[in-house]
Amino acid sequence: MRVVLAEDLFLLRDGLVRMLEAFDFEIAAAVGTGPELTRALADLEPDVAVVDVRLPPSHTDEGLQCALAARRARPGLPVLVLSQHVEQLYARELLADGVGGVGYLLKDRVFDAEQFIDAVRRVAAGGTAMDPQVIQQLLARRQGDDRPLGRLTPRELEVLELMAQGRSNAAIAGHLVVTERAIAKHTSNIFQKLGLDVSDDDNRRVLAVLAYLDQGR
Amino acid sequence: MDTDGDSGENRAGGRARTAAVAGARALLLAVVAPAGSIVLFVFSVVSIVLVPLGIGIVTTPWVLAAVRGFADLRRLLAVRWGGVRIPPAYRPVPKDANPWGRCFRLLGDPAVRRDLLWLPVDMTAGLLTALLPALLIFYPFEGFALAAGLWRALTDGTYVGWWYGFVPVGGQLSALAAGALGAALLVVGVYTAPFLLRVHFLLTRSVLASGQGELAERVRVLTETRRDAVDTSAAELRRIERDLHDGAQARLVAMGMDLGTVEALIEKDPAKARQLVARARRSSAEALTELRDLVRGIHPPVLAERGLGDAVRALALRLPIATEVDVDLPGRLGEPVEAAAYFAVSEVLTNAVKHSGAERIWVDLHHTPERGGMLRIAVTDDGGGGAATGSGSGLSGVERRLGTFDGVLAVSSPAGGPTMVTMEIPCESS
Repeated sequence: MRVVLAEDLFLLRDGLVRMLEAFDFEIAAAVGTGPELTRALADLEPDVAVVDVRLPPSHTDEGLQCALAARRARPGLPVLVLSQHVEQLYARELLADGVGGVGYLLKDRVFDAEQFIDAVRRVAAGGTAMDPQVIQQLLARRQGDDRPLGRLTPRELEVLELMAQGRSNAAIAGHLVVTERAIAKHTSNIFQKLGLDVSDDDNRRVLAVLAYLDQGR
Repeated sequence: MDTDGDSGENRAGGRARTAAVAGARALLLAVVAPAGSIVLFVFSVVSIVLVPLGIGIVTTPWVLAAVRGFADLRRLLAVRWGGVRIPPAYRPVPKDANPWGRCFRLLGDPAVRRDLLWLPVDMTAGLLTALLPALLIFYPFEGFALAAGLWRALTDGTYVGWWYGFVPVGGQLSALAAGALGAALLVVGVYTAPFLLRVHFLLTRSVLASGQGELAERVRVLTETRRDAVDTSAAELRRIERDLHDGAQARLVAMGMDLGTVEALIEKDPAKARQLVARARRSSAEALTELRDLVRGIHPPVLAERGLGDAVRALALRLPIATEVDVDLPGRLGEPVEAAAYFAVSEVLTNAVKHSGAERIWVDLHHTPERGGMLRIAVTDDGGGGAATGSGSGLSGVERRLGTFDGVLAVSSPAGGPTMVTMEIPCESS
């Protein structure tokens, strides 16, 4: 799988390159600035882009803007955005086009190489990978009021959180150490309580969850 | 006693000398000052009239600089000769301004306009107030000269050949009367000349200096807000130092110790070593979280990346109460203003979440270009009301911080609600 990597800190870029190569990714380009990233995304047509939010020359959210622009030019281009901090605002912008194939993670997540690589693969396959922090912010916000979310059991909330991060039922089952069938039951309960149509598409269901969490603002 | 007599003589001598010096200075002022102000006034008027033709654009800054130099010289003399302080209050003109900008910036400066107004005053009332002490000191000497025999050169004793003041000099007798009048004038002059010269400078000050009361009030406000700003930033630095010391720094030390132990254990007890590595990784993650929170407290990343509007939107997304944010800002504001406004909004929102019992909050941010630019922020909630800016409340802290930027805060919060907090900060947008 061919990856375009954008990160301005040399040490981190180097580390990411080595980590991705160790997991059999092919590095099509590893760049350090926004304009270089835009060029690389247009010319090299990678399978997935791993992008730092803050890039030179502006040192603002240039990486995010480049990624969004590239996705407008080529809808569905898988993009995993890394950031020193995560904000719902940016997560919503990434999810806004509803096409999937997006991820938004804290940079610290690369500490756990397997989880991080799993997220890259999920995004490349058209799925979603939202940082647990974003999901927790969303859930914390919703638990306070008496909307349908309040009717979920603690276990169901746990499942919803993992689901919103973009994990499959099998992965959730593995994480919570229960059977996949139990998770399937939980998810159908959740969808029912939230009034969402059941769909077996991982990506769509995350988008549906996030859209639900977002509504009624 | 001798000493008494001496000091009495010294006092009289000192007074005479002071009066003579004052008279000489007044004479100099009466001769030179009007000449200078007439020339500069004519030049200024001509130059400003030529502004529409374009020539004035180039000449006006030069002429106004000369006027300012002239006024500054008079400020110097006012302090040295009259003990009258006239503080200059010119606005700085940017070094890289083009002639056009420089010209209009100068003409827009109230201090420069006061200079121009002062020139005609100086050549009329200024001349009179300078002339009076000079005359009181020097005119008597003509009377003495007439009495001493000068009258003979002017008249033959039969007709009135000369008027000294209101005395017609026609012979020795009237010449003596002129001398007596001169003596009387001199006495008056010796006692009043320094005072009269001071009056001249007070007149100068009344035109040249800006409103003193307004200025004093401004100084008081600035002194107060500066003290608040210094206090706040010192407290902020202490908080950051403490957070770093107790948080991230301590965790990094613990991590280093764990890794040291791992180094020793890695061969002997790999299982234990793996546990410690896992702990070190957790410590590093926690240290990062703490640093992240600290950075958010100093300068929130979204604020740095996107500016005030999106920073407040991101803030609203993290609140447990549904919050609508309406933003109408043209571009970015100055970084210090953005930070001050952000933390003010953050504090007001925190207050609303903690105390109001509201179900919805509305934040409205907009910038108007009037009066050099004004950022207006309104935070409204549908809660129970009763918020106040009394001492010790979070809102008074916000008020003090905004004060540093000449910003103001107003709270309308009747018991039973709703609460509306409005803030205004003068600032330009880029």
